[in-house]
Amino acid sequence: MKIGIVVFPGSNCDRDIERAAEVVGSESGFIWHKDKDVRGYDAIVLPGGFAHGDYLRCGAIARFSPVMDAVSEFAEGGGPVLGICNGFQTLLESGLLPGATLRNTGLRFICRPQKLRIDNVNTPFTHLYKKGEVLDFPIAHAEGNYYADPDTIKLLEDEGRIVFRYAEPDGSLTEASNPNGSMHNIAGITNKTGNVVGLMPHPERVVESILGGTDGLRVFKSVMSWCGKGGVR
Amino acid sequence: MAAKDVKDMGLDKKMNGPANAAIKGERTVAPEDWRAMGLTDEEYDMICHRIGKHPNFLEVAMFSVMWSEHCSYKNSRKVLKLLPTKGECVLQGPGENAGIVDVGDGLAVAFKMESHNHPSAVEPYQGAATGSGGIIRDIFTMGARPIAILDPLFFGPTDDARNRHIIDGVVAGIAGYGNAVGIPTVGGMSWFGKCYSVNPLVNVMCVGYLKHDEIRRGKATGAGNKVMLIGSTTGRDGIHGATFASADLTEEAQERKSAVQVGDPFREKLLLEACLELVAKDLVLGIQDLGAAGLTCATSEMASRGGSGMRVELDLVPKRETGMNPYEIMLSESQERMLMVPVPGKEGEVTDILRKWDLDAAVIGEVTDCGTLTITMHGDVLAEVPADQLAESAPAYDREYVKPAYIDELGSFDPDTLPAPKDGELAGIIEKMAASANLCSKHWIYSQYDHQVGSGTVIKPGGDAAVVRIPGTNKGIALTTDVNPRYCYLYPREGAKLAVAEAARKVALTGAKPLAVTNCQNHGNPMKPEVYWSFRESVLGLAEGCEVFGTPVTGGNVSFYNEDGETAIYPTPTIGMVGSLDDVEKAVPSGFKRSGSSIVLIGETKDELGGSEYLSIMHGIEAGRPPRFDAAAEKALISFLTEAADEGFMLSAHDCAEGGLAIALLEDALGNGIGAEVDLSDANTHGLAFWKMLFSESTARAIIEVEPVKAAALQALARKNGVKAFYIGRTGGDKLTVRMAGKSLELDVKKVGGSYEKALESALAGR
Repeated sequence: MKIGIVVFPGSNCDRDIERAAEVVGSESGFIWHKDKDVRGYDAIVLPGGFAHGDYLRCGAIARFSPVMDAVSEFAEGGGPVLGICNGFQTLLESGLLPGATLRNTGLRFICRPQKLRIDNVNTPFTHLYKKGEVLDFPIAHAEGNYYADPDTIKLLEDEGRIVFRYAEPDGSLTEASNPNGSMHNIAGITNKTGNVVGLMPHPERVVESILGGTDGLRVFKSVMSWCGKGGVR
Repeated sequence: MAAKDVKDMGLDKKMNGPANAAIKGERTVAPEDWRAMGLTDEEYDMICHRIGKHPNFLEVAMFSVMWSEHCSYKNSRKVLKLLPTKGECVLQGPGENAGIVDVGDGLAVAFKMESHNHPSAVEPYQGAATGSGGIIRDIFTMGARPIAILDPLFFGPTDDARNRHIIDGVVAGIAGYGNAVGIPTVGGMSWFGKCYSVNPLVNVMCVGYLKHDEIRRGKATGAGNKVMLIGSTTGRDGIHGATFASADLTEEAQERKSAVQVGDPFREKLLLEACLELVAKDLVLGIQDLGAAGLTCATSEMASRGGSGMRVELDLVPKRETGMNPYEIMLSESQERMLMVPVPGKEGEVTDILRKWDLDAAVIGEVTDCGTLTITMHGDVLAEVPADQLAESAPAYDREYVKPAYIDELGSFDPDTLPAPKDGELAGIIEKMAASANLCSKHWIYSQYDHQVGSGTVIKPGGDAAVVRIPGTNKGIALTTDVNPRYCYLYPREGAKLAVAEAARKVALTGAKPLAVTNCQNHGNPMKPEVYWSFRESVLGLAEGCEVFGTPVTGGNVSFYNEDGETAIYPTPTIGMVGSLDDVEKAVPSGFKRSGSSIVLIGETKDELGGSEYLSIMHGIEAGRPPRFDAAAEKALISFLTEAADEGFMLSAHDCAEGGLAIALLEDALGNGIGAEVDLSDANTHGLAFWKMLFSESTARAIIEVEPVKAAALQALARKNGVKAFYIGRTGGDKLTVRMAGKSLELDVKKVGGSYEKALESALAGR
């Protein structure tokens, strides 16, 4: 099992993903954004950070990196792809996932623990969780306010493609539990085929109890076991 | 001042006075020009003698920035020599871009703190952002990967709109830079006082780790070796920033926004990765970042440290603007640049790595063995001066100092002359104090910082010291920044000692061993004898404190002129301390962890209300004698804490300082929303009134949470170390109840927590 971690100029959670892979016992390797090939990897992670400085819309330049064609091809072939934070934004910009992220309604960067409810446990990255489970993943972003047109939102809802939602500790969805103004409290979604997942919160920051929790471990364990079974859930 | 073409600079100016016979050439620069650049007439003469000729305009400009207070420490150097800088753990002391200490197993920690006060006053966002950028570069210049930022901030009160604008901008600037570069901001402090309305203080500390053999220094050696400028291009920003920082922040100076640089954290991130790749591939002989005084500083310092000279061709400097003249190129403080001497023959490889990161790299000259810094453009020699004269030979002044009259006057204030609060008022007083600017939660600030990126933050902001794991190891480093400006104002020497003590205590509370110190000496105009006295006393106090804890000073900076010409800031010697933990798993947090634990108060509570938060908040009085620094008690406490952590006795441990026991207990309860029942009767060894027990700020105290079964062992350890330990209660419930000799008070943890958490945000919203 080998996780490929795409490094854009300005990525800064790449090493954190490497650590998470190490914790779950997976091999990993960095893929430079100018590489055109992702062969040899069983899963691809687009890490958080500020690709190209995020001076334009987040992820808007990163999506033109040569590696993204290979990532798209990998995804179309059913390969598991995870985008976290800036990586999620890059997936949105590249069209692998629908919608966009706007600035947080509070107009500030927010770094804090955040409760999430998991609503889709059929993806390569979530199948070891229980549906409806409430997890604690930290958030750290200024532009995490998920937005999509009403038709897209309806489609996401109807097809059960909303994977993570900001929630209260009891799992209820309230405005108070929504840190950034996201529509339908959306924190993470998946594509139609369920192999591409993107989320704003950082599961890789909660894979060791010494760092404040282990709720994120199963994201990485899920994809390991999914790949281990040849993609059968 | 306007830039000039050096070729015809000042030649038409009228000369006054005869030329000195021993000095070659004729004076070509007008006195008003060097004065405008911040040099005195005496300094001009000194330069002539040192270099044996009349400097031309460019040379004067180069001397003016290198001899500015900011770069030369001319008014502080002699006093700073009093600081202890040597120690077993010190691998690099002051004089380099950052200090480095050994943390065992071939690993080391590089760290330094610097101020960016003036820029942040006139342009809060960019001032603070580039303050972060500069100190981050200082760390990776040494070959270290930065893994933590701390930001001690000092602002004017939030009831003023300009102050709110500054606070907002500074916090956003630090966040905007550090978050993007991907270095967690794990700690710091914020302190509010009227004296900072004129001139806020933005101190930033950065910490990195490296292996011993990865240490690189800012030295240019080997005649014939190439000199490369890498990173960003050179533009017209920040010209004369160092000079701007070396004068009072008058209204006129506040208009000089052009002296403030503009930061590009994305470029910094690329430069960081590129530089660490250069170090990892062993392509670097010497490297130094370009900060204050830009190319002038980097070229002269690197040459001087290496005992070399350097020849630089300005035509080869990659520029971002056309038509830049030599003066602008040599003084530009464009950010995110580095000067380096690569391993000979490896210039191509260096360029390839920089290209990979989309950065510029250019050979701009070479190292020479003549000791002269020679600057050329279009084949003309524009400046030719001994590098060491520029970098090392600025005058060092003895300044007059005199104890300010207010010290004795305020120091003699007796808090007992005020009416004592009634017992029924105490709960309300604590609530009010918990929502005050200096004591309330700083969540609004640190939630804007990514404090977790890097997957190493073991103890997050909001407690005492932060603890960060060194990647790939089980080692931890504890980090804190501390100073109580009010103590320093009332009694500068004691204030500085207390700052070191607080830092050492906070580091030890996590279980770490205090190692070494960096500092920012923030003061007013050093030409004022009263200000100089406070500065000198602060340094003496710092020296004394560091001796006590065996924590040498490995660097830092001095920021003078923090005043508007009339009002100066409080003497603010900010301490940054680094400690090490061999087993990061044993790091002890603050805040009650669970119900049913025993609470133990370590240390004695004395009648020490002088300079306290209680006096300031409840009576608007900043007077009295600050608590006494008790070296023996502090040392004993630290060895006790280190052992107790190692034995695993402490579930949580918290410093008891500003706001006294009342605030310390409350903070412990608020940490995880766990109340406590406390009785202070047995701990009252000095027969204090209930309110004094609550609000005294006696130092060398701590609150320890311990499992009841381990309480006896903890007590025994305390006796062994000669510290007083008092069992004062148990954790649990949703109330904090404090009793003493038949008196009691009760606080609802959730309710007080609400106002504690929201106080700063509300104040900043102008509510």
